[in-house]
Amino acid sequence: MGHADEAGDRRADARPGDARPGDAGRQEAGRQEAGRQEAGRQEAGRQEAGRQEPVRRAGSEDGAGSEDGADSPAVLSLRHVSKSFGAVRAVIDGSIELRAGEVHALVGENGAGKSTMVKILAGVHQPDSGTVLVNGGPTVLHGPAGAIGAGLAIIYQEPTLFPDLSVAENIFMGRQPLRRGRRIDGREMTTEADALFARLGVRIDPGRIARGLSIADQQLVEIAKALSLDARVIVMDEPTAALSAVEVARLFDVIRALRAGGTAVLFISHRLEEVFAICQTVTVMRDGRHVLTSTLTGLTAGDLVRAMVGRDMPERIPGERGAPGEVRLTVQRLTREGVFTDVSFEVRAGEIVALSGLVGAGRSEVARAVFGIDRYDAGAVTAGGRKLRKASPTAAMTAGIGLVPEDRRQQGLVMEMSIQQNVALASLSALRRAGIIRASAEHSFAADWAVRLSVKYGRLTDPVSMLSGGNQQKVVLAKWLGRRPSILIVDEPTRGIDVGTKADVHNLLDRLAGEGIAILMISSELPEVLRLADRILVMREGRLVAEFTQADGSEEGIMAAATGQLEAEAR
Amino acid sequence: MTATLAPPREPGSPASASSRRLAERVFRVREFGIVAVLIVFVAITAAIQPRFLSITNIQFVLVDATIFALLALGETIVVISRNVDLSVGSVLGISAFLTAQLASQAHGLPLPLVFLAGLGIGLGFGAINGLLVSLGRVPSLVVTLATLYIIRGLDVLIVGGSQVVPSSYYPSFLTISKATVGGIPDLAIVVAVVIAAGAYCLRSFRSGRELYAIGSNPDAARLAGIPMGRRIFTAFALSGAIAGVAGVLWASRYGTVDSTAGASYELQVIAAVVVGGVAIFGGSGSVVGAAIGALLLQTINSALYVLGVSPDWDQAIAGFLLLVAIVLDRFISLRLTVSLRRRSARRGQ
Repeated sequence: MGHADEAGDRRADARPGDARPGDAGRQEAGRQEAGRQEAGRQEAGRQEAGRQEPVRRAGSEDGAGSEDGADSPAVLSLRHVSKSFGAVRAVIDGSIELRAGEVHALVGENGAGKSTMVKILAGVHQPDSGTVLVNGGPTVLHGPAGAIGAGLAIIYQEPTLFPDLSVAENIFMGRQPLRRGRRIDGREMTTEADALFARLGVRIDPGRIARGLSIADQQLVEIAKALSLDARVIVMDEPTAALSAVEVARLFDVIRALRAGGTAVLFISHRLEEVFAICQTVTVMRDGRHVLTSTLTGLTAGDLVRAMVGRDMPERIPGERGAPGEVRLTVQRLTREGVFTDVSFEVRAGEIVALSGLVGAGRSEVARAVFGIDRYDAGAVTAGGRKLRKASPTAAMTAGIGLVPEDRRQQGLVMEMSIQQNVALASLSALRRAGIIRASAEHSFAADWAVRLSVKYGRLTDPVSMLSGGNQQKVVLAKWLGRRPSILIVDEPTRGIDVGTKADVHNLLDRLAGEGIAILMISSELPEVLRLADRILVMREGRLVAEFTQADGSEEGIMAAATGQLEAEAR
Repeated sequence: MTATLAPPREPGSPASASSRRLAERVFRVREFGIVAVLIVFVAITAAIQPRFLSITNIQFVLVDATIFALLALGETIVVISRNVDLSVGSVLGISAFLTAQLASQAHGLPLPLVFLAGLGIGLGFGAINGLLVSLGRVPSLVVTLATLYIIRGLDVLIVGGSQVVPSSYYPSFLTISKATVGGIPDLAIVVAVVIAAGAYCLRSFRSGRELYAIGSNPDAARLAGIPMGRRIFTAFALSGAIAGVAGVLWASRYGTVDSTAGASYELQVIAAVVVGGVAIFGGSGSVVGAAIGALLLQTINSALYVLGVSPDWDQAIAGFLLLVAIVLDRFISLRLTVSLRRRSARRGQ
């Protein structure tokens, strides 16, 4: 699928310079000499990225005449946009320019701010600062309707169709062709839908209801909708995540046709080989900031990975922990159809094993199956020498497994209940006497754990919702530690919590492993993984694809495995 | 964008035509199912007790059913948008009393004005429901549960222990529900026309389709730029207005109106809507189905009476049928999903 000829080399000469950081970057001239590749270097770290000017291209700014006749103006651009949700700064400084007839890739690690950029484009979020430009003019996109009005169409990873309505109605909702008396012309609507699918070269029955369509077909319906809107910009947020190889090829045919028709396409994908196959330009984001924009010609996947990751290497916690003890948890050839396949690993006492990979690679699903929340189709889980019953969290808990789930607000805590009630929730059987839970026992139990985990709270009887995210996470940890687990599964233990508390949680996990608990950690944050884990297992599309030890693990290596770069190179 | 993107691959294939037929068939099954149940029920009852098919009894059932069918029309509009209106019984009650009083005190008043008054009263309460749900973003279950009690409370305050009795009306008010054309009650004809018009509007106008879209996937509706607040407000306003008109009919039909008129009707109406194949979580179902659902429930009541079954059984049987309808509904939609998925997988190869 390598379409080097697709990469628009008409602008190639102008790009390498564009990709260079601005004035600020020049002070570090030594690093600049490598031209466009510099941005891929790890040294292009946070501080520098903050000072970088976004890409400037001749002809696209200030209405200045185009120096390069072939350079089409940006139909849509975001300049220096930022967006925060409470204390979380999702996008700090994002810039991107989309041009007619160009497929533009937006890549970055999990949490780099890609999805927030898409939501700003979709009009779902208003940027806190920065500007949105449509055809060079500053614009405010008032909600989804405003974005549609500006000629934008967004195709989400999970398409948003009306399952009960027909395919044709899904395409034309709110814009149905009318006949006399403002009545919907159903026949005309079907004809037009058929024509759209014909243009896309696909066969979907416009009269059937959308329920039951495959994800790939649902995306095609969304693309047909975008076509019917005469969208000049189509944003595809990880469109290939749920597609088979055949479906991806079909989607790429459609994208090429769109491009030939003059549409600007923003293509978001974790699969770098797809980026190289279909896109002409690429923008890399990291930690909410714009890092580089460049044509893809001349770039390698390695360059992109370095640009995505490029941050200071994390300082490792010195290996104070002793050698791991006996095997506590064994997972053998665990398979759940369509979710994960043939996953085998073991975790020893006193060992932290990280399950790394991209969002959607199946990591949390494996954890849920191990803990018995979801059932699995094949394989076995053995904990403490005993095979666990399928789909039984009770069995897992009896065997000494604790699970700190990914979404603490939804799954980890009862937000309306007090801190002490939450801490005691998993240990009620130990705290009751004659079936009655004594508040005093609950209180001293919770107070004990709150001190051990240095939870910052007002009173233990305050609702847990009053705590900060980091302290809530400590409460979830305390809840499970109170059961004295021998195996602890933590899913994204530091997501959305501040740096200070994060370090607390890291130290705590390290200490717990030192005390002999076997820890299975799922984390999308590579520095965290490298800092804590003794072994790193990388999952990609439901399979374990690589294993690193603490010594040989690197962000580049893990990202390469997680994005399928390793396999691509092997081929 | 006018460029032809790609050569079409066999457009308009026979496969697509046959799948369309299948989808249509399954869509019709819902209403077809209720009609079948209705026919079987009538046949069995008539076989045991031929009196059931007497003109008087049929007229009786039809007039009773029309009031419920009318309420079901409004309720369906609301339920399709993934909401619920529990206040219809109370709105009917207060409208029935106020318009009955109007009819008994202002004898010179033309009938259309009485209906207009009922419509206005209902519209007002419906608008309040609609505002609270769409602007206040309070779940409709909570809002209309509250207005159910508030409006009933108002009704009790206004009516007190009194009641309006038939003898006080001017005669034409009472004959509304008794006039017939060729043996069929005028009322049934008018309501049938209104329901047909409602069904046509929901199917053929953008705003109608948008109600289905909102109920089918609210998030997608928001992303598609549908004015959700306005549509939901309109749905509640319509439901209220219809309940107001139903109140006038109720007063004319039963004559004696006190503060309990229409009490607990809301649950019977929702039962009719669900039995009629309207998905309780919105997005699918038809007004016609709901009206037939209302007719079926009314027929069952009447049949049990004619067969000499104690009225004590009414509620248990109605509840049982509701359960059957829901299970059937779930079964059909599961089968539909499976068949559509299988077909799409086959075609995908």
